[in-house]
Amino acid sequence: MLQDILVTGLVNGGVYALLAVGFSLVFGVARIVNIAHTAFYMLAAYCFYALLTRLGLGFALAAPVSVVAVTLLALLCYRLVIEPVRSHEAAVLIATIALALVFQELMLLSFGGHYLGVPSTLEGGLRVLGVGIPYQRMLILAVAAATLAASWFLLYRTRLGLAIRATANDLEVANLMGMNVHRVAMATIAVSAALAAVAGVVVAPVFVVDPFMWLAPLVTMLAIVVLGGLGSLKGSVIGALVIGYVEAITVFALPAGAYLKGAVALAIMVAVLLARPEGLFGVAFEEER
Amino acid sequence: MYWLRRAWAELRNEVFVLPSRSLVIAWALALVALPVVYDDPYVMRILTMTCIFATFAASWDLLAGYTGQVNFGHALFFGAGAYTSALSSLKLGVSPWATIWAGTAVAGLFGVLSGYLCLRLRGSYLSLATLAFPLIALGILFAFPDFSGGELGVSGLRRLMPSATGNYYVAVISMLVVVFALWTLADSKFGIVLHAIRDDEVAARASGINTPRYKLGVFAVSAAAAGFAGALFAHYLRVAGPSTLEVALSFQVVIWGIFGGLATIYGPVAAVFILYPLTEWLGSFAAFGQLRLLVFAVIVLLVLLFMPRGLAPWLRDRIETQCPRCKQRNASWRRACRLCGAGLEAEVSRAQRLVGHQ
Repeated sequence: MLQDILVTGLVNGGVYALLAVGFSLVFGVARIVNIAHTAFYMLAAYCFYALLTRLGLGFALAAPVSVVAVTLLALLCYRLVIEPVRSHEAAVLIATIALALVFQELMLLSFGGHYLGVPSTLEGGLRVLGVGIPYQRMLILAVAAATLAASWFLLYRTRLGLAIRATANDLEVANLMGMNVHRVAMATIAVSAALAAVAGVVVAPVFVVDPFMWLAPLVTMLAIVVLGGLGSLKGSVIGALVIGYVEAITVFALPAGAYLKGAVALAIMVAVLLARPEGLFGVAFEEER
Repeated sequence: MYWLRRAWAELRNEVFVLPSRSLVIAWALALVALPVVYDDPYVMRILTMTCIFATFAASWDLLAGYTGQVNFGHALFFGAGAYTSALSSLKLGVSPWATIWAGTAVAGLFGVLSGYLCLRLRGSYLSLATLAFPLIALGILFAFPDFSGGELGVSGLRRLMPSATGNYYVAVISMLVVVFALWTLADSKFGIVLHAIRDDEVAARASGINTPRYKLGVFAVSAAAAGFAGALFAHYLRVAGPSTLEVALSFQVVIWGIFGGLATIYGPVAAVFILYPLTEWLGSFAAFGQLRLLVFAVIVLLVLLFMPRGLAPWLRDRIETQCPRCKQRNASWRRACRLCGAGLEAEVSRAQRLVGHQ
């Protein structure tokens, strides 16, 4: 059971980290609470499913195509829906909720409400320390780690990353220093949606794909982001691992754990917030100007 | 006789002079008179639900719009009211007329509790943390299915009134009373303090306002109103299920509130009265049945693109103008202010208007 907890926590934590980092980036740069973030994760899973089973593309082709398609769609949504109401915070909020609902209903219409299974991309498994790990889950872990490393490289070792971090730190000063804040925001949206899409593609073969699959990870992701501190990338990754392990421990160790896993994870978030209102690694935001 | 004359004078001088207030009076009278003219059970049913949700949306606006505590988990209070009323009526056999108040009180307690947890949080942190509360409650309910009925909820409740018209009147009258009470509260000194807390909490505290006490108070009031709506909902549908605690309901009330216009109380009510019957009506067409939520979301998106501050403020700005001198509202067709006589020039250049606002 201990090994199960270790493996499940790590794999789920990796997926959550992909989602939470993307959400955190957009919140940091554009101050958008993007409820539609996990809807892109759901869309990517559907896109992967459609390309794989309906069009018969190979895994190697279907995965990147879905990630790129979802990223472009996210940019389009940003330009058409979010940008015109950017100055009204409340309007942005429900615009993202409405977007998520639109995607959910569109998928419900075109694929139906039943669960869809994506065939495994890798068969077989590995035995480590007496516990069997399917290769599929190893793949999730590897992809999550590689993507996180890539985004770390992008953010901390490139000029674009520098611009993104500067904008997140202080939008007005970044603007005064001659950065094209608008273009930085677009780039951030693209990176964030791509991270969500990668998460959607890698989990599709393990979880089932259905139009409501965005709700559960949405709540967990928000809990992680708040736990780690809004806008903090380190906080998001660590928060994701914490919540991933807490969920795994609840499911394996408690009776009726499957029902309680969300409740326990959220209760931990509330407890952390009581002790540290700005989250584990958050900096208390000054009043927004 | 004196009181009648007094009431008529009030009505003429305070209500009929403003188109928005006349509209509200006409709407309230129409709601009360409707069953006499047209008592189709389907329409009664839709309007009863609309009234219950309107109470719920108005209570959210007091908390989120006025005080700025944008609560993403308002369903907690709705569900607390529904479950408390349902369980106490079913397990203890008390009349629903009494258990509704128990539900209201328990929801108020939940309000104080979550308000206490949220005292140090602000902005997006508060929104995202409150999102968690109803889900924690839901997890606990699911973990004890013998007590809560699990996924099926608590069913087999008694209705408040035997007839559809009776239930309709219960919902309409309680909605009118609660919404008017919330509106009066929001317009009172208490409401002004709430505005101050939303705009600048530090400044409010520096002016000697005990902000934590006010925040706890507004959480309690808003939660109690939401719990009242939840209890009515449970007894009307005769079931209190997990759907009263779901994220979807919490988001729904956020959509209603922002669509109608924040910090107005009547805005969210108007939004519910437009959006809820609209979605139900669309759902009644076979072809639209599946498209219902999609159409709903698209309408919300389109309306927001054109009136980002919400429906009610947009409409109010069309039919009323503000007097530049005494800041009172006037019907937009008047030439001079009804109170101070200052000219309400319609042709102010844009630049001048901007300067005038400073």
